[in-house]
Amino acid sequence: MDIELRGISKRFGPVQANQDINLEIRAGEVLGLLGENGAGKSTLMNILSGLYSADTGEILIDGSPAIFTGPGDSIANGIGMVHQHFMLVPVFSVVENVILGVEPTSGVDYLDLEAARAQVQEINTRYGMEVPTDALIEDLPVGIQQRVEILKVLFRSADVLILDEPTAVLTPQEVEEFFTIVRALRDAGKGIVFITHKLHEILEIADRVSVLRQGQIVGQGDPASFSEADLAEMMVGRPVSFSVGRAESTSGDTVLELAGVSLFDAAQDARLVDINLSVHGGEVVGIAGVQGNGQTELVEAITGLSAVTTGEIGFAGQDITRASVRQRHRMGVAHIPEDRHKSGMVGNFTVAENMVLNSYYDESVTSGVQIDWRRVHARAAAACLSYDVRTPSVFLGAGSLSGGNQQKMVVARELERDVRLIVASQPTRGVDVGSIEYIHRQLIACRDRGNAVLIISSELDEILDLSDRIYVMFEGRIAATFDNRGGGADRNAIGLAMAGVSQGTNPGAGRSGNRGSAA
Amino acid sequence: MGDAVSRQEAGPRLIDWRASVSGGVLIALALVVAFLLDTPWDSVSTFRISRPRDVWAVGNLTVPSQWFNVAASVLLAFLGTRLFLKGGGRWTAVALGIGLVVLAMAFLVWATAGKAISLTGMLQATVVRAVPIALAALGGILCERVGVINIAIEGMLLAGAFAGAMFGSLMGGWAGIICAMITGGVFGLLLAALVITYRVDQIIAGVVINLFVLGLTSYVSSQVFAEYRWLNKASPFRSFKIPVLGDIPLIGPVLFNQNLFVYGALILVTLSTYYLFHTRHGLRARAVGEHPRAADTLGIDVIKTRYAHVIVAGMVAGFGGAWFTLGSVGRFDENMTFGRGFIGLAAMIFGRWHPLGALAAALIFGFADSLQQKLSILNTPIPSEFLSMAPYIATIVVVAGLVGQARPPAAIGKPYVKE
Repeated sequence: MDIELRGISKRFGPVQANQDINLEIRAGEVLGLLGENGAGKSTLMNILSGLYSADTGEILIDGSPAIFTGPGDSIANGIGMVHQHFMLVPVFSVVENVILGVEPTSGVDYLDLEAARAQVQEINTRYGMEVPTDALIEDLPVGIQQRVEILKVLFRSADVLILDEPTAVLTPQEVEEFFTIVRALRDAGKGIVFITHKLHEILEIADRVSVLRQGQIVGQGDPASFSEADLAEMMVGRPVSFSVGRAESTSGDTVLELAGVSLFDAAQDARLVDINLSVHGGEVVGIAGVQGNGQTELVEAITGLSAVTTGEIGFAGQDITRASVRQRHRMGVAHIPEDRHKSGMVGNFTVAENMVLNSYYDESVTSGVQIDWRRVHARAAAACLSYDVRTPSVFLGAGSLSGGNQQKMVVARELERDVRLIVASQPTRGVDVGSIEYIHRQLIACRDRGNAVLIISSELDEILDLSDRIYVMFEGRIAATFDNRGGGADRNAIGLAMAGVSQGTNPGAGRSGNRGSAA
Repeated sequence: MGDAVSRQEAGPRLIDWRASVSGGVLIALALVVAFLLDTPWDSVSTFRISRPRDVWAVGNLTVPSQWFNVAASVLLAFLGTRLFLKGGGRWTAVALGIGLVVLAMAFLVWATAGKAISLTGMLQATVVRAVPIALAALGGILCERVGVINIAIEGMLLAGAFAGAMFGSLMGGWAGIICAMITGGVFGLLLAALVITYRVDQIIAGVVINLFVLGLTSYVSSQVFAEYRWLNKASPFRSFKIPVLGDIPLIGPVLFNQNLFVYGALILVTLSTYYLFHTRHGLRARAVGEHPRAADTLGIDVIKTRYAHVIVAGMVAGFGGAWFTLGSVGRFDENMTFGRGFIGLAAMIFGRWHPLGALAAALIFGFADSLQQKLSILNTPIPSEFLSMAPYIATIVVVAGLVGQARPPAAIGKPYVKE
């Protein structure tokens, strides 16, 4: 089945999300759709899957125009979407999720789970997906959950699959397995749209590529005819340098030290197990790992948001295991939270108010019990200038800034103070390429001033780019440590450690036990 | 350095709080049974099972009171100590449940020492009193399974009781039931419109409906019914015995010699269990309550599903409300539901949003209710006001989660907005 999009435009208020887009999806082919966050990829695909309707333009299926009024229509036309955020019911089994909406029944509305299971199993084996059909979704790793999403669209006999940022949550090894499935689907004659912002993936899997920028198609063709740099330039609109020019680090005194830290949650499940790590002044330490392997808990333990169950946390020679968040904060711990919307900023507050969230009590902005707003505003304005936060005014609601500027605002607030340790969790998630470069440079600059920097990221490239040393977390433990001075760490070995299979095999690095010593 | 720190090694500071608290409670109960529920050593508690005109007569159950309570106290102390010292894990809830049952039995034996009560009568009352609670819980389940919190159940019960009495007086019992269900359904529709279409906070909308129904029915009953008494004089449904089954000792009178509402509640619980867990539409409804966006992307109409379930829940609650008037006295009194709707919601949580679980929970509350009634007849030294608190104390214990954590449907309380 071939699909053609002609002249698609879509506007949300003042934002032109898609403008006059022409796109062709052919059977037995992988079309790579490349673009930054906010370039309009998701909008376009939501139009194709019937969730939104286009303002102008038409969709042709095998040459004849089709009109979609809801998600049901696109499914009926053989188009299946695998969303970036999984649309799975966590407490249902795999079979129940797959059949939801098109359930086989017998008798009076009786759910025929036997028949359903057989059909699901058949698809499962045909494409080599190896999904346990009766397991509950919440018990499955994300890689498998993603296959359930694919099973879902295949069960609805989709001929065209839209995969929205499918590799964002996978380890490098899982990505390989995933590509194998994608190739099997393509060889079976399915048309596949592969949406991503990762260039090397496009070069690896796509048969054709279209690049989207600010809602418009800015280039398309055979990926083989482009280099990574070409694609990046098309995607961003200007030449991009990928690596931050990072000088040799000069490791100083130990700033942060965790010794035997374990953390159990309310249900008595282990979230952190015997963590030993150290961060020295003048170095960047990266924590790699697939999301949900204890990184969030580690950050909460270091910043004081959760109390550790056992073990000790030392900061610049003092024991801070029992210190409060405020105490740690005043000692010089800065925290860039992983989700700025949830815990980094208040969307309804102005930029100036957000900038003073971590120091509103400080004498520098108060007189008696009052906040001196003049000083707050002046300070915020100065910080906006020095940290490249592009806002027309500090009186504007922070929620109306772009993701990149919001994140730079959070970074400015945290780094502006006198700090000794920066804990940056997913510092560039949902941020445009320009801001990513800027934030990375700020973090490196912080390191060069002799501060300790701890970066937690699920983007392995980010970790490899910035870190002098790398710890890999798996199921709440430090699974491996790597030395990355001069970029020497083995990407593949890190990937294996992220998947939990490298116990004891990583070269040139100690095991989880050797606390403190630089590997 | 050790590779792994197992849970035991890591855990001097790890305390299973739930098990410790439960263990402490059980030990305290053992002390209560041992020292407060004292009877002479030679006294005997008698429980009558058969009644004078039963077809198959069965002898009475007699228990030596003090011996029984000593045994109960030892059992409670054993369970409590075990929980306290070893932790319970998943057995905490079970141990606590056994403990509470033992306590209830010990209490009953103590209260009847040297006297006799009818066990059959008490269980029969338990079932009767469980009916409105079970129906309220069922209404709650139907709403919450699709993601709508239904605090308005109390108001729907009251509206059903009122409509049952008034239309029952005017047009007879069956018409009364139908009108009660329609009235419940109308309030269901009102709640649905408020919370689904207009996205009013679900708790606030529910409270508003409760207050509205309370005010309206109180006004009409004090102003109109007082004047025109024939408007509030319905003839209640009598119980009828199912042939053969109704003659079985103990079980017969308890389950098969009841009125329409008891049979109706049992049928509705069975039907909704089948519906929710074995049909296509039940699966879809649960998906709407867990992950409405996922359901929407699969072509399931979230709004329509929610409307339908909230309205049906209102009708179930309306039927439950009719129990208060058409199922017992035939007359409506101000605020006669006395918070049974809220207890129904507690039964829903206790029963983990499963109709059968909710029925079991409703039976426990019904038992507490009938226990209070029997004990005030038996003339125990405990003031009956304290005994009437029993169901509410049980509710607090249940909702506080001491009896195991319950996980509500994930989308509960959140209005669904299409992007």
